[in-house]
Amino acid sequence: MKHKYLVGVYNDDDILLDAVTKVRKEGYQVHEVFTPFPVHGLDEAMGLQDTRLHTIGFVFGAIGTLTALSVMAYTMAIDWPVIVGGKPFFSFPAYGPIGFELTVLFAAVGMTVVYYIRNGFSVLRDAEVLDLRITDHKFIMAFCLKRYHKDADITQITRLMKESGAEEVYVKDMENELSPNLFRKDGGVITEHAHHH
Amino acid sequence: MHYTSPIREPLITGNKSYHDITQDISRSIENPPRLWWIALIISGAVATMGILLILLTIWKGIGMWGLNKTVNWAWDITNFVWWIGIGHAGTLISAILLLFRQRWRTGVNRAAEAMTIFAVMCAGLFPLIHMGRIWLAFFILPYPNTRGILWPNFNSPLLWDVFAISTYLTVSLLFWYTGLLPDIATMRDRSKGWAKTIYSRLSFGWTGTAKQWQRFESLSLVLAGLSTPLVLSVHSIVSFDFATSVIPGWHTTIFPPYFVAGAIFSGFAMVLTLMLIARKVMKLEDYITIAHIESMNKIIVMTGSIVGIAYITEFFVAWYSGNVYEQWVFIRNRVADPFIFGPMLGVEPAPYWWAYWSMMTCNVLSPQIFWFKKLRRNIAITFIMSIFINIGMWFERFVIIVTSLHRDYIPSSWSYYSPTWVEVGIFVGTMGLFMTFFLLFCRYFPVIAIAEVKAILKVSGDQYIEKIAVQEQKEAEQAYGGAGSFSPALDKDDK
Repeated sequence: MKHKYLVGVYNDDDILLDAVTKVRKEGYQVHEVFTPFPVHGLDEAMGLQDTRLHTIGFVFGAIGTLTALSVMAYTMAIDWPVIVGGKPFFSFPAYGPIGFELTVLFAAVGMTVVYYIRNGFSVLRDAEVLDLRITDHKFIMAFCLKRYHKDADITQITRLMKESGAEEVYVKDMENELSPNLFRKDGGVITEHAHHH
Repeated sequence: MHYTSPIREPLITGNKSYHDITQDISRSIENPPRLWWIALIISGAVATMGILLILLTIWKGIGMWGLNKTVNWAWDITNFVWWIGIGHAGTLISAILLLFRQRWRTGVNRAAEAMTIFAVMCAGLFPLIHMGRIWLAFFILPYPNTRGILWPNFNSPLLWDVFAISTYLTVSLLFWYTGLLPDIATMRDRSKGWAKTIYSRLSFGWTGTAKQWQRFESLSLVLAGLSTPLVLSVHSIVSFDFATSVIPGWHTTIFPPYFVAGAIFSGFAMVLTLMLIARKVMKLEDYITIAHIESMNKIIVMTGSIVGIAYITEFFVAWYSGNVYEQWVFIRNRVADPFIFGPMLGVEPAPYWWAYWSMMTCNVLSPQIFWFKKLRRNIAITFIMSIFINIGMWFERFVIIVTSLHRDYIPSSWSYYSPTWVEVGIFVGTMGLFMTFFLLFCRYFPVIAIAEVKAILKVSGDQYIEKIAVQEQKEAEQAYGGAGSFSPALDKDDK
């Protein structure tokens, strides 16, 4: 099944940011925005939920610390105690460096893996590119036409985009649905209302 | 929305648009200079020689090297520490400078991160070969085994090193590749045929959605936060290899900060050596500007001075401690040259005096010229100086390792060390290996972070800064009425 999107192409990040705010103020939900580089404030303007990636990093880091300390304590003090330079079997200060390194290792690897999984990144994945110019110099706003199928809505969104500085507006058929991450479990779009509360 | 003080120097010159940035940076991938092939053949040949000599060492044994019973660490560990040090600039630039919001890092971070990875790979080779029986290298990992459950000794700094270096390599690799994804996607969207297929695979399906960027920013920030103490820890732990021993000249509490400063110092020197060539050959002068070079030279003069103070402190403490062994190593094994200090102190010259004074000249004296702005902004001088520092920092490690070892507590075991052709060949070979990797990277991946440069265009592009300058000039004239005593001067002396 094809997925239809109404696409507005912008030339400039600041114009795009204003446009997103303006369109949402009129009550339309932006389905997705594509940019060639991170535009600060865009996630807030779109009403995206904050990412929880940093929390994941903390959890993995804590697992790393515990793993390192328990393995070192177990091998050195419990399983096979060996006297090394007269140091105590459980020589906690000596566990510092590896404890630290494994904290960093686990946090970094864990976070990165979760980042790839959450974005659906994989070597096997063929990205369906909406517009080849996104990774170059164009900023793109897309509206889901399944949601806005009425002519009145389409005309209104088109007008809003053109007024806010879109240099091109067109309809694009995509094989895959864009960013299902934006949707909540119940299938509903994260709305203006939800964002404000 | 975007504001930069007009006295800030632009970091992107030539009135670039977003599209220009993409074009300029992908140019050398799409139309590689012919020089690339010549460089690749040379460095590939050197790398092959190095690999053959490594195989020879593994085949015949460590006896192929000039080590002896007294000096059992020498070129290999010197090279190891030298390469690890070089690998410190990448993470410093991408992590610490990200936290400090230094925008100039975007011009050089990608290449510096790549250098980090290749340098750490070269570094890791040396301790592995030095083990002698490299096929038993996995013994250093803690795993349940059939040798009577013999665990590695977690009290040993050598084992800490294993964890530090492998963590550093892994985290640097993740940081580098995750940052590359958006730029590989740019290459994917520009290319055709099989190149598109490969870039498509390598881009992992990046599309540039708001959510992807939001996560990207979060990941970059946390990885930077993690890498900052990491980069400081790695060379601290390398220094523990020496500092926790009882060898005079090694048993020093200032080693960790001294090693870290030295690592950053040498890392920046290598970044400059390579990027000065790359910016010229790949015509990237608008993205790696004189302002970038000056910023790096400022870091060099700072870290070089820290290293200098560390050398002097070490020497002072050796004298002030009253410890005769420590004093012996510093005066009789290092400082006493045949011309000035030897005769002055009335002692015979140290066998390795030339290594000590090469280190002092290259690392402490010569970088002081960068206190002068003119010299900081001079490309030829910067290039020569970067080579000097690379040499000086190699000598630093050689001095620490060999001069301390060759004459210690028992005069009957005193000896002298010189490398064999196999050791020299392996070291030169790792340089070839490093260059081969770097050339392949330059040829197939964007050598400057395209997306990150675009993100700073509106704050650091020359046209935007000039606009702000003109605007402020006007406002000032309106406010103070006419004749401008206020002139926001853009630094143009390099144009």
